[in-house]
Amino acid sequence: MSKELILLSVNGEKRELAVPAHKLLLDVLREDLGLTGTKRACDDSSCGACAVMVDGVPMLSCVAIASCYQETEITTVEGIAPPGMLDPVQSGWADAGGSQCGFCSPGFLISAKALLDRNPNPTLDEIREALSSNLCRCTGYMQIYESVKLAIERGKEYRAAQAPNAGSRA
Amino acid sequence: MSTNTIIGKSMPLADAPGKVTGHGKYADDLAVAGMLHGRILHSPHAHARIVAIRTEKAEALPGVKAVITGKDAPTPYGVLPIGHDECTLALDKARYIGDNIAAVAATTPEIAEQALRLIEVDYEPLPAFFDPLESMKAASGWIHDTKPNNIEKEYHHEFGAPEAALAASDFVREERYYAGEINHAAMEPHSTLAIWEPDDRLTVYSSTQVPYYLHRTLGEVCEMPMSQIRVIKPLVGGGFGGKSEVIPLEITAGVLAKKTRQAVKITYTREEVFYAHRGRPITIIEMKMGITRTGKITAVNARVIQDGGAYCGYGPVTVLYAGALLGAIYDIPSVHYDGFRVLTNKPVCGAMRGHGTVNVRFAFEALLDALAHDAKLDPAEVRRVNLLKAPCVTVNGLRVTSYGLPECIEKVVERSGWNEKRGKLPYGKGMGLACSHYVSGAANPVVRSNMPHTTVHLKIDRDAAVTLYSGASEIGQGSDTMQIQIIAETMGIHAKRVKLIAADTELTPVDLGSYSSRVTFMAGNACIEAAKNMRAQIYCAVAKRLGCDAADLEPRDEEIVCAKNSELRMSFDKAVVAAIDFHGALVASGAYTPPEESRGGKFKGAGVGPSPSYSYSAQVAEVTVDAETGQVHVNRIVAAHDCGRALNPLAVEGQVIGSVYMGMGQALQEEMIWNNGRLMNPTLLEYRLPTTLETPPIECIIVESHDPEGPFGAKEAGEGSLAATIPAIANAIYDAVGVRINTLPITPEKVLAAIQEKRKKAGRNGGAR
Repeated sequence: MSKELILLSVNGEKRELAVPAHKLLLDVLREDLGLTGTKRACDDSSCGACAVMVDGVPMLSCVAIASCYQETEITTVEGIAPPGMLDPVQSGWADAGGSQCGFCSPGFLISAKALLDRNPNPTLDEIREALSSNLCRCTGYMQIYESVKLAIERGKEYRAAQAPNAGSRA
Repeated sequence: MSTNTIIGKSMPLADAPGKVTGHGKYADDLAVAGMLHGRILHSPHAHARIVAIRTEKAEALPGVKAVITGKDAPTPYGVLPIGHDECTLALDKARYIGDNIAAVAATTPEIAEQALRLIEVDYEPLPAFFDPLESMKAASGWIHDTKPNNIEKEYHHEFGAPEAALAASDFVREERYYAGEINHAAMEPHSTLAIWEPDDRLTVYSSTQVPYYLHRTLGEVCEMPMSQIRVIKPLVGGGFGGKSEVIPLEITAGVLAKKTRQAVKITYTREEVFYAHRGRPITIIEMKMGITRTGKITAVNARVIQDGGAYCGYGPVTVLYAGALLGAIYDIPSVHYDGFRVLTNKPVCGAMRGHGTVNVRFAFEALLDALAHDAKLDPAEVRRVNLLKAPCVTVNGLRVTSYGLPECIEKVVERSGWNEKRGKLPYGKGMGLACSHYVSGAANPVVRSNMPHTTVHLKIDRDAAVTLYSGASEIGQGSDTMQIQIIAETMGIHAKRVKLIAADTELTPVDLGSYSSRVTFMAGNACIEAAKNMRAQIYCAVAKRLGCDAADLEPRDEEIVCAKNSELRMSFDKAVVAAIDFHGALVASGAYTPPEESRGGKFKGAGVGPSPSYSYSAQVAEVTVDAETGQVHVNRIVAAHDCGRALNPLAVEGQVIGSVYMGMGQALQEEMIWNNGRLMNPTLLEYRLPTTLETPPIECIIVESHDPEGPFGAKEAGEGSLAATIPAIANAIYDAVGVRINTLPITPEKVLAAIQEKRKKAGRNGGAR
């Protein structure tokens, strides 16, 4: 099968790859780049487990042809925080029960991260709406909402600590 | 009087960091160099004789390394010793659309897929059976020659004197209920990586809830000693019973690896997951129940027919659970049960969360609600007057050691505002109450044996890390975390000190698997025993150093302290050094076997249902029904669950809420839709799991009845709440619009038709609404 050379920007790194022209972004991430955090669960773009961020917007990588995304910045679950660190959505998920089996977590984390990046203080209805394209079979979603709420709180603390005069008030 | 520092405190799941960073590995995330890709050819016929299979063209395709058919591994297998009726690939007949006919291993998934299309199969189609009621009347042409009338198994149980009791009842009702077929729909599609090792051993990574059963079955079918096979369970993306018996791809991958002497991975597509199935069967229930004027249940009589699909699977167990837990939640003196597990030419049903108990519980609690209305009694009060007086033994021989149901009912009545709101809500709004229960593990193993149901080992070296070797299978329910908590609590150390090596048959002793909610009770007790045995060795050495009696030493926050003189103390690190100096090696074991008294009666089928302990749940659902469209919207569900003791409240709440969620899906929108053996909705788009938008607020109330035999008093939390949700919603719909829908799922069409029918009747009788 003939391959073509593509240049992808994934988690801030430029990656040159030779892949078949029709290869899905999901398969390129999992097979060519070893980024197996992004999951395949449904085959028909109905579950959200394969979500990645493309220029900050959640997209389903199972229905995306990799070669079409060469001019974009792709972020997977492995790239939403610096190495060895957890983004508030990740620590929120871990600490508040957002992950049970964890298979849907990468997709949910992408959706939640994209939501909080554009709206750091969403209402419960906004959270439900933003996560409505992701399916979870374990949690019944309640602890997922708690996870987002915890991430919101941790995000506030983080931003307060980063604020220019945060230290001078003490 | 609890002085526990770790038990009873919410603890994030130990494997969460891997799950939230994407670094945790599930079976399909694994790959080895040179790995082949396996694909399975499925039957397009529901019932057909296989006349010939020609594989030459497929074999000739470049990149194809093996093509196998039934003859390559003809040993039949099955999870039950009485049900070895499946082969890796069909030998003589295809028995359902999707049955496994041939398999290919090739260098790429594309070549494997292409090779499947080159396999030529000559089928001779046979008359097929799709309706269980028709199937059980069949005089010939049976699905299995050894199963006359397509009946896999039937059981008939009677306790007390049901007929006389019903005749003497003040109110009697008889109804027919139907529950559609449900798939687990775990987010992770099944996947198996089988690796043929250079020294002729087989290593299998698989998405399984039962590594030990897989290990046994691979040995039998691959005709290899179990000692030459290693089964490893990586992270598992949800099970719910769908991975609780050996699934065809697991064996197929093993056989292909053996044949090619290479590594082979097979991962199901979502469509294949639906056809591999093993879910909750279509169930037809005819139930008759009587109560007295005060609401006391006199007798229950049930005839249950389960549409089991084409092979045995867990079938006999499913139909026995339906009978065993039918009446055992309440004090019912007379019970009659006729259960039939029927074969049809459809994918195999099996164990699913609340195994066997869910659909009969729906029927029972809906019928009891109707009787309560007949008697003009509060449905909550009717439950109260029928409570067991624990400890006790139920009429069918189930030993009840702890019983938090009374408190569950009180808690949900209070939290939901039941007394204030019930019957006073406007038309279109309603609330319903129902209860359920479930086993904390089966007291009798699937494979008859005297071995412990769980064994664990502990090892401590000079680094003072405490390593636990446990065969128990974490599938997202939090069992790894539970075991770490128990070891840490019992030894008085921080949880971080405990390292867990789990579910690897080469390293860990046997645990029977993650099914029937058995792990907390059984592995939990085994962990306590191992930790106590380890403690005894360490304290013996510490006592010598400190000059005190070992019996006076106690664990306390990373230290060992003399209870009589708290100045005599030693850090855990130093204690370990002392103990290794004294004993040479620090290893200990623990095991759990259910006590003889918990194993039930002696009648045929008495082995299924007995458990060392039972969980209880009571729920109130609030709904809004749109009388113009029939649309049901669940506004809120309050669930109280008696889990004995919440070892990890975070995980217990997650399990209870998840169960309620799954029950709600079955109640209102999930159903596998069949057309002559073909599944019409084999995708997550069409098999509609509830999303965030359909899921109401679910509130969990933990009730702790402190089971005398449970680890720290704990019993199950992961399944028992599912069953109550369905009748709670059905009863709430009745409260809202006055119609009873006895067929699941309760779709808008059914509700609307019932409302219109009711209005028509009311119109004829001159009544309003």
